[in-house]
Amino acid sequence: MSDLDAIEAQLRGQGDADQSSLELARRFAEAAAASGDAEVAFATLDTPVGRTSVAATPRGIVSVGLPNHPLDDFVERLATQISPRVVEAPGKLDLARRELSEFFEGDRRDFDLALDWTLVPGGFYRKVLDATAKLGYGEVMTYGEIARSAGNPRAHRAAGTALGANPLPIVVPCHRIVRAGKDPGNYGGGPELKRWLLELEGSLPT
Amino acid sequence: MSRLPFQAFLDEHRTPVLAYLRAMVGPSDADDCFQETFMAALRSYETLDGANPRAWVMTIARNKAIDHHRSAGRRPLPKGDDLPDVAAPARAEHDPELWAAVAELPERQREAVGLRFAADLRYREIAGAMDTTEEAARRSVHEGLKKLRETVMKEER
Repeated sequence: MSDLDAIEAQLRGQGDADQSSLELARRFAEAAAASGDAEVAFATLDTPVGRTSVAATPRGIVSVGLPNHPLDDFVERLATQISPRVVEAPGKLDLARRELSEFFEGDRRDFDLALDWTLVPGGFYRKVLDATAKLGYGEVMTYGEIARSAGNPRAHRAAGTALGANPLPIVVPCHRIVRAGKDPGNYGGGPELKRWLLELEGSLPT
Repeated sequence: MSRLPFQAFLDEHRTPVLAYLRAMVGPSDADDCFQETFMAALRSYETLDGANPRAWVMTIARNKAIDHHRSAGRRPLPKGDDLPDVAAPARAEHDPELWAAVAELPERQREAVGLRFAADLRYREIAGAMDTTEEAARRSVHEGLKKLRETVMKEER
């Protein structure tokens, strides 16, 4: 190895730059989320049913990712559908993370979080989710009933589609819309999680 | 507009950006330049479209390092009098003498060496960041390395 190669090799050594840059990047992300330069902030939290993600814009919570939703995909969708200026900023989402954790632990029945409805298409979709948002802890409705609440009693299938596309599960409690009968039906987070949530709230049909 | 989430961009480039800034402005001031670099990158993220991301962010980092030297009222090509910065403890375990010697190189060589080895850019990308030709970038790096070898050998004697 020539002297020049040895000097090159030494210059390439980055010392503790990787660890230091991780801390600096975290500090940057929080600052960018706080100033609004980053238009979307996201964070994760651990729950008894797995890792859940949550994202917010300066207007409020814009998306919740249930445990079956891979984080990479969750973040890419935020970038594509809202803004690529997305950073991970758990500090910015402190309140949302706390309230969601409490809910999953059975210690919270409703949320005091501002919501951003950007990802909800307008029209009937929005009416269905607005009606769903009014359901209290432990209350359930059938797809037909929620369609009626949203102003179109015959549109129970469309109501199902709107609920399946809910970007704000848990905080807009689409798990409270169930099939008539014993099987509560489909859920974006998977039918098992729907049963778990209904059981948590004491409303699983027996 | 680029649709890659900014967080992924940040994760990809944070370490070479910090290594480069440490080489250019020293470890204690590198932290501020790091924040300024990524804030500027975030604000102009749409201009990345189609460009080489590593070369793009290093061009921003280079401008921040130059601004930093100007606002600190220093010569744009810091020499021996900036040594305390560069030799500060944050990089003590990784060749402080060598990087102190880098800080003493003439400006073009110093930047070229930083972009080549700390930022890990190709010569074509260095030429883009420094607004020069690939050949000139290669020559600056080579001359810088030769000068470093002289310094290192002098110290060993």
